[in-house]
Amino acid sequence: MRASLLLLALLAGSAAAQDPALDKRVAGLAHELRCLVCQNQTLADSNAPLAVDLRNQIREQLKGGASERDVIDFMVARYGDFVLYRPPLKASTLALWIGPFVLLALGAFLLVRRLVRRRAPEQQLSEAERARAAKLLE
Amino acid sequence: MRMAWVVAVFAALVVLLAVGLTLNPREVPSPLIGKPAPAFELPLLHAPDKKFSHQEMRGKVWILNVWASWCAPCLVEHPVVSALAKSGLAPVVGLNYKDAREDALPWLKRNGDPYQFSVFDATGRIGIDYGVYGVPETYVIDRRGVIRYKRIGPLTPEISRDKVQPLLQELSRES
Repeated sequence: MRASLLLLALLAGSAAAQDPALDKRVAGLAHELRCLVCQNQTLADSNAPLAVDLRNQIREQLKGGASERDVIDFMVARYGDFVLYRPPLKASTLALWIGPFVLLALGAFLLVRRLVRRRAPEQQLSEAERARAAKLLE
Repeated sequence: MRMAWVVAVFAALVVLLAVGLTLNPREVPSPLIGKPAPAFELPLLHAPDKKFSHQEMRGKVWILNVWASWCAPCLVEHPVVSALAKSGLAPVVGLNYKDAREDALPWLKRNGDPYQFSVFDATGRIGIDYGVYGVPETYVIDRRGVIRYKRIGPLTPEISRDKVQPLLQELSRES
């Protein structure tokens, strides 16, 4: 009796994980979306109750035939672009996207300028200096 | 000259970081402001067999306050919500979020019940539609059913006085 109950429980448990393709899609999306409670974790990494709810929500929607795009739109409509780990390129996120490249270009410019300056020809010695140097080396 | 540059860059960095420190990263701008309040129909906390739909508030300016008995900051904001409800500026509806009736009802009895009524969202599904992620949260909804303001985290007396109450007065004048 007890053994059969255990078996039943195991079967019920595995039923939830019987669709590896769906699991993979859920995990894929959960890695793209931010958990809003613990903001530096993805939904996949977080065990906050809200993250669990949202993962279930993703699973339900995918099961119901929604596409990845549909699920992402659903989340953005409720939580804003912040929920995306890869924010869309638009006016308000422009600094985020091109800022690093601007800084890189600025750094490269300063570096090149400095190197060019350093290579500038050294000053020629005057006749008097040359004579003095020769004398010191004698 | 070079020194001036270094100082200028340093000062700019200090200003940038100082501003960053005063921002609250938990306050994510809600995409719901200016959008219709998501539809819902939920059982009442006090009467499981009775349902409330957001449609019933059409034509009224009202406040939706998301709370739970397990939420400590809810207790902190409770006096502010109570005062706001008492001011009579707008009805306050509670959304009891991921709670249990046997915890929520005694909580109201202990601390006072400022709500016209509370609806019971046991699974938090409606909470997801409202983008709830840090209870307590407070929404001001206008006569046309549009969300005009959202506060994530506890209402403070200052926010209630300087933001919520003026907005309620303004919205009540709109027809």
